[in-house]
Amino acid sequence: MATDTAVATPEADESHAHHPPHLQHHFVSSEQQFDSAKLGMWLFLITEILLFSGMFVAYTVYRAWHPEAFTEASATLDWVLGGVNTLVLLGSSFTVALSIHFAQKDDRMKAFWNLIATLALAGVFMVIKYFEWTAKFEHGVFPAGFFDPHGGYYETLASIPYTGQFFSIYFVMTGIHGLHVLIGMGVIGWIAWRTFRGHFSSEYYTPIEITGLYWHLVDIIWIFLFPLLYLV
Amino acid sequence: METAHKEASGVTKTEEAPNYLNHESGIWSWLTTLDHKRIGIMYAWAVAFFFLVGGLLALAVRMELFGPGETIMGPDAYNQTFTLHGIIMIFLFLVPATPAVLGNFVLPIQLGAKDVAFPRLNLASWYIYMIGAFTAIAAILLGDIDTGWTFYAPYSLQQGSAVIIMTASVFVIGFSSILTGMNMIVTIHKMRAPGLTWNRLPLFVWSIYATSIVQILATPVIGITMLLLIFEQVLQIGIFDPALGGDPILFQHFFWFYSHPAVYIMILPGFGIISELIATFSRHRVFGYRAIALSSVAIAMLGFLVWGHHMFVSGQSAVSSIIFSLITFLIGIPSGIKIFNWIATMYKGSIWLQTPMLYALSFLFLFTIGGLTGIVVGVLALDIHLHDTYFVVGHFHYVMMGGMVMALLGGVHYWWPKMTGRMYNETAGKIAVALIFVGFNLTFFSQLIMGTKGMPRRYYDYLEQFTALHQVSTIGSWILAAGLFLVMGYGLYSLVRGKKAPANPWGAATLEWTNVAAIPDPHNFKRTPLVTRGPYDFHLADEVFGGGDGAGDGAAVRAPDAAPPAPEPKTAQ
Amino acid sequence: MVSALLAQSNSVWLPTDASTLAPEYDSLFYFVLWTSVVIFVGVVAAMVWFAYKYRRQSPDERPELVEESKLMEISWVVIPTILVLIVFTWGFRAFIKFGVAPPDAYQIDVRAQQWSWLFTYPDGTQSSELHVPVDRPVRLKMNSTDVLHSFAVPAFRIKQDVLPNRYSYVWFESTKTGTFKVYCTEYCGTQHSGMLADVVVQSQSDFEQWLQEAGTPEDMPLPELGQRVYQQQGCQACHSLDGSRMVGPTLQNAYGTERQFADGSSTVADENYLRQSILNPGERVVEGYQNVMPASYSSLSDRQVNALVAFIKEQSDAAEGTTAANSSQPPLQGSAAQ
Ligand code: HEA
Ligand code: HEA
Ligand code: HEC
Ligand code: CUA
Ligand SMILES: [Cu+2]
Repeated sequence: MATDTAVATPEADESHAHHPPHLQHHFVSSEQQFDSAKLGMWLFLITEILLFSGMFVAYTVYRAWHPEAFTEASATLDWVLGGVNTLVLLGSSFTVALSIHFAQKDDRMKAFWNLIATLALAGVFMVIKYFEWTAKFEHGVFPAGFFDPHGGYYETLASIPYTGQFFSIYFVMTGIHGLHVLIGMGVIGWIAWRTFRGHFSSEYYTPIEITGLYWHLVDIIWIFLFPLLYLV
Repeated sequence: METAHKEASGVTKTEEAPNYLNHESGIWSWLTTLDHKRIGIMYAWAVAFFFLVGGLLALAVRMELFGPGETIMGPDAYNQTFTLHGIIMIFLFLVPATPAVLGNFVLPIQLGAKDVAFPRLNLASWYIYMIGAFTAIAAILLGDIDTGWTFYAPYSLQQGSAVIIMTASVFVIGFSSILTGMNMIVTIHKMRAPGLTWNRLPLFVWSIYATSIVQILATPVIGITMLLLIFEQVLQIGIFDPALGGDPILFQHFFWFYSHPAVYIMILPGFGIISELIATFSRHRVFGYRAIALSSVAIAMLGFLVWGHHMFVSGQSAVSSIIFSLITFLIGIPSGIKIFNWIATMYKGSIWLQTPMLYALSFLFLFTIGGLTGIVVGVLALDIHLHDTYFVVGHFHYVMMGGMVMALLGGVHYWWPKMTGRMYNETAGKIAVALIFVGFNLTFFSQLIMGTKGMPRRYYDYLEQFTALHQVSTIGSWILAAGLFLVMGYGLYSLVRGKKAPANPWGAATLEWTNVAAIPDPHNFKRTPLVTRGPYDFHLADEVFGGGDGAGDGAAVRAPDAAPPAPEPKTAQ
Repeated sequence: MVSALLAQSNSVWLPTDASTLAPEYDSLFYFVLWTSVVIFVGVVAAMVWFAYKYRRQSPDERPELVEESKLMEISWVVIPTILVLIVFTWGFRAFIKFGVAPPDAYQIDVRAQQWSWLFTYPDGTQSSELHVPVDRPVRLKMNSTDVLHSFAVPAFRIKQDVLPNRYSYVWFESTKTGTFKVYCTEYCGTQHSGMLADVVVQSQSDFEQWLQEAGTPEDMPLPELGQRVYQQQGCQACHSLDGSRMVGPTLQNAYGTERQFADGSSTVADENYLRQSILNPGERVVEGYQNVMPASYSSLSDRQVNALVAFIKEQSDAAEGTTAANSSQPPLQGSAAQ
């Protein structure tokens, strides 16, 4: 691939004479372009992890200070729904990996359908989240300042100080994670469309690959959130 | 790019060779450009504008402090003025300035690359920066931001919606910083010209590399901190607000976890610039090249472990204070290595005292004071008395204005010919350095003294005993401002009327001078260069010296075609 | 008092030292200062000398390479390391002294609020000036009712942030009688720079006598007591008595005149209105002002509020029955930061 994009061409005006359409002119070769994109994505993922680590620190600090409030409040979360969501996300990670695999094999339609499956699973995740959140709102379970639990077993929370803080952290963390899922859905939809149009091939599938990386990260963060918020 | 390219390749035959400035014209060609050089220039305008605004606010601060009581404004106006001064200077000026302006313009050329790895992301980061800047302006117009640049809770939670918008702006600008950092790291890893090994990277590149690491690791944390502060105001999440069970000290930890590393985002590129200047104007290989390169990375890493030194009297635990203090001192050591190596580079060199070199020497003088005063406040017991006094204000202006802004000005003068194709007036340049140096010391040394005497910072009003020192400081700020306005004046003049610059006016030996036309080509290089020596190996750089009949400035050399073309693309990894 | 301070501070750098911690602090400070001066002078001298000695003689000069010297590189790592370790250890020991109060220290409670200090003594006496006996360790237990503040006395070299959600402590033992300044050194809003107080260091007997007199004696006439409460509680940070506008409206002629409120309504200020304004200031906010008056005054005793109302009433021409007490009134200090 790279052989026909020689840098050694003496005159500048020939240097983009023949190269594959996906190769941007400032790169020397497809490998260079692909490696750059991948390294860039990894760096971006690091920033994402640091973004969430701020919230994990807040969680740890307040949990250490008010362990009892956190255990009680966490018991009101439905671990079955959380568990189902975990499986759903794991499944979607699998399908996105498959779509990369098929893109590498030049199997355009299989890559496409796996992306669609990923999209669907992400949708299921969001629907379940929606029901979890609204169930909490109905009982006045809001972030600390508006925290006013009532009805059913939520009554007990009212008597334990600092349970509101648990829910602040819960809403902020799952909220920001949910936002990442939504953004991921947008990107995957777009990539799926481009796959369908045949923009990618075994020669050039960088966008699918880096979208997959991003999606794995979204999944991994949930794998941390789930036990911390629902189980411990 | 394609059409532009055809034009460049000879369809239009003007007398001037096509270069990155003239090959396309019109405002639209700038706003949609993917060329790293043009994006650098666009950043330069924005950043210079905010420096001007921040500086005018500083002059207002100094004017108000000319005497005790009210001089030109009331307490609320004063508190807003120093807050905006701090926010603008840090977030809109100094953090983006060097990586985004000089990093963008110079770094890809120093690497022998045609562009940064992600040109579109690069342009996007400029737009994100501008959106953040406009958000900040909106917040200022809404009024009433008087929290100080540190936004400490719970005071910041009491203030109105303008604070929410300002924190949102900081959040947005953070993204632009992250994107620039990512771009730089990938560019450095993947886009080096053949033969340009890690040991041959110019030190400016090394410093931007270290800076970018900090940008990527620290900036997300200020992002989440600002987000949580906004949530605290809007949704009352009770993380920072003591009234809801939150902890204001936690906010300080979050804030300084970013903001201490951020001071190294600000200063590290300056270290890089100084290395370039001292090497070129001493015409000497940098003494201890490796030590300087690696000490930047060491500072970047250690910088993550010292944030608690801003909180010695805040009520954090004594044990953490002790650890933070110890690590704080360790940072002095790599910083010292740099200072001593720069001085050693001058030893037996051939020192040419042009304006950029004068800035570099001013930097050595002022940054040493700034750094040593940093050590003073890093001493656990000493900080108790000095914390939140003008001693701290003096310390950070010595490092930020006296250190970094001097380096930036030196760098801008140094690369000015390459960026604009024109020379500035050397005499005016030297006069300006003198004014800035004298004015700066008057302004801020007096602050170190009044700080040890106990003058607290962020004070609109003060006891009579401090009047004399405050007046010296205010008068100093006028001299300083005169110098800076002179720079602005001859800079603008040079844009219009300046003498045409040769390709390598300083006789420098890095790629942007030796292998690039006076005003760079849109693609930087006619041919991808093959690097065969280190960046400061003047003893090997025969192409710089040509016949030796130049003005001592390498002007006689027509450098652009000197390097041999690269043989094999594969060596570029 | 300002001139007294000036006379005392004769050195270029630090202010008067007036506590047992200060001499220790000062010797550490001067050690670091002079070491820094030596390093700084070395750096600048070398730089200037080289710039002169090796200035460029001809345009095409190509200087010789200089061998890198391992010995030098090692020395400028090792020497600074030793220096900083010395300074760290010293600073660490002094820091521990600053942190640990002697067990027999006399304890005074401190309440910080925007923008005043209130000191409460073990016997319940309250004052906006901090009076302490000389040569006796004093420990302050501090708390804030609103935002962060910081308690600093440069002459004692002490400083400690004051937080709303927990107590913080600071201690000192003063060695000189006299008056010193307390500053608020954590930014806390509009009047941050006016949030000053005096520390009056007295001999033990003077101190005890002051403590006797400073209480809220049962038999004190109301207006006089009101004036004392007005100063103790920091009302003067926001309300002037001479008609000038500060953060809050002036109290001169407040009583008996028509008040306009932000919600458009209005009323003539009578005693009930004044009482309500003190106990529940947010209820009716005077037009043109922000609702920033602390709510904490609702915990004042009945007698204190009555006294305040009587005192405010006295500041008004409209108040009938103004007594001779008015003329014997000593001049009041406004914001301390002048
Ligand atoms: C560019 C910005 C910049 C830089 C580079 C630095 C560099 C350093 N800073 Fe500074 N600092 C700020 C910007 C910066 N700072 C700002 C903005 C604040 C205030 C924020 C606010 O509150 O608003 C601040 C505040 C601040 C504090 C808190 C003070 C307080 O609030 O009470 C401390 C305390 O430790 C500190 C320490 C240091 C140290 C040890 C260094 C070191 O990196 C310095 C290292 C350099 C040298 C030491 C000089 C060269 C070395 C030699 C010549 C060798 C010999 C040296 C030895 C023997 C040690 N800084
Ligand atoms: C980059 C950082 C930076 C820079 C450069 C400066 C520059 C200056 N600063 Fe400031 N300052 C801060 C960062 C900075 N400051 C911060 C973070 C704070 C703390 C805020 C807080 O407490 O929250 C602070 C606080 C602060 C205070 C303390 C206020 C208080 O605590 O009450 C004072 C008081 O004197 C002051 C003064 C000055 C002065 C006189 C300058 C002068 O050096 C300014 C000179 C500049 C000009 C006069 C403008 C000229 C510019 C042009 C003509 C543009 C042309 C362009 C080019 C030449 C390229 N600053
Ligand atoms: C933080 C500043 C602050 C402090 C301290 C403060 N006040 Fe006020 N006060 C205000 C402001 C602002 C207003 C006007 C807004 C309002 O009515 O709430 C006000 C209003 C009043 C009024 C109504 C005045 C009028 O013109 O109608 C009275 C009476 C009053 N304060 C008494 C006091 C007393 C007595 C104290 C001390 C015990 C005190 N205040 C302390 C800020 C303050
Ligand atoms: Cu209270 Cu500043
Ligand atoms: Cu710091």
